[in-house]
Amino acid sequence: MHDTGKILAGLAVFLALATSPLWYASLARSSAAAPRLDLPAAERRCVLPREVIRASHMQLLDEWRTQVVRDGQRDYVTPDGRRFDKSLTRTCLKCHSNEKNFCSRCHDYAGAKPVCWNCHVKPEDIK
Amino acid sequence: MINRKEFLKAAGCAALAAVTGRWAAAAETASKAGRPQSAEEAARPRHERRPRASRQWGMAVDLRKCWKDEGCRDCIAACHQEHNVPDLGNPKEEVKWIWKEPFEHAFHGEGHDFEKAGLGDLPTPLLCNHCEKPACAKVCPTKATWRREEDGIVMMDWHRCIGCRYCIVACPYGSRSFNWRDPRPFIKKVRAEFPTRTRGVVEKCTFCEERLAQGKPPACVEACKAKALVFGDLSDEGSEVRKLLKSNFSLVRKPGLGTRPKVYYLAP
Repeated sequence: MHDTGKILAGLAVFLALATSPLWYASLARSSAAAPRLDLPAAERRCVLPREVIRASHMQLLDEWRTQVVRDGQRDYVTPDGRRFDKSLTRTCLKCHSNEKNFCSRCHDYAGAKPVCWNCHVKPEDIK
Repeated sequence: MINRKEFLKAAGCAALAAVTGRWAAAAETASKAGRPQSAEEAARPRHERRPRASRQWGMAVDLRKCWKDEGCRDCIAACHQEHNVPDLGNPKEEVKWIWKEPFEHAFHGEGHDFEKAGLGDLPTPLLCNHCEKPACAKVCPTKATWRREEDGIVMMDWHRCIGCRYCIVACPYGSRSFNWRDPRPFIKKVRAEFPTRTRGVVEKCTFCEERLAQGKPPACVEACKAKALVFGDLSDEGSEVRKLLKSNFSLVRKPGLGTRPKVYYLAP
């Protein structure tokens, strides 16, 4: 055990480097500003409460996809009794008509790369 | 202590009981699936209704009416516009849902030396046959294509297609096309209401299941001026398509393969 000092010093340097993104971000306080989204002007209520839809819209879309394509069930009833067509393009995009200033802003911030638009057509693709 | 003989007897009885129990459960499920739609079921809101098990969509193509205008491509144009089908201009990469082939290609091997002059050249509309025993669905490794029990449509889930093209090989009718490249730039006018496909995905006719869900007929049927395409429920004896099949001589493509196609050709 002649090299205890060297080993401990080496470990300290390694830990400091490995955790550098964490303490750098907390010291610099320079995390990217939270995205500002263009919300629909006419409609204030989404199909589910804001927190739920924010956290799990992808699961909801997956469920809708399976129910429409595989089970032929196209009507969605919200917990408060409103009725919607289970459709990304005909329901979601009717209010959220600007993909760039809504979907993309948040997805870019979160580093998410959904492939919806490889096939589904966003309003700005038409013009 | 039981001896060997008693042990084997008991084990045999237990295995028999387990197997018959499972059979009984399976038979019960099957009888429930075949249940016709009751009045009570029909009165429920659409989203709560369980699918009707007895429907089978099918189509009759009246060739006499179709051949009145051999150059007509209204059904193809309407379908391809409706579903964002690209036109790549290269037959090797062609994507098609409904198309025309000379009669002798559509019904290869049916002709003979002394048939009506010119019959073999007449353009015959072809589309997915929505087979009762679809070879494509059988080979699909991801269940991206399957036959819907409730209405007999051979459906596709493009989200699930991995582009292996087994179905293209399996389909004896050439009804399936592969997207060798991104189709978006090759669609003249993109319709927002229907998705396009992406590179590496197989596509085909779905009997306009999205229109049927809204109570509309398939786009090709609606577009046909000559009323040569007749669409309906083959399980309903009173449907127009069943009446036509009952009173006319009709053909299906490659009946010997046992796929049981649901697109019928009323022969001239």
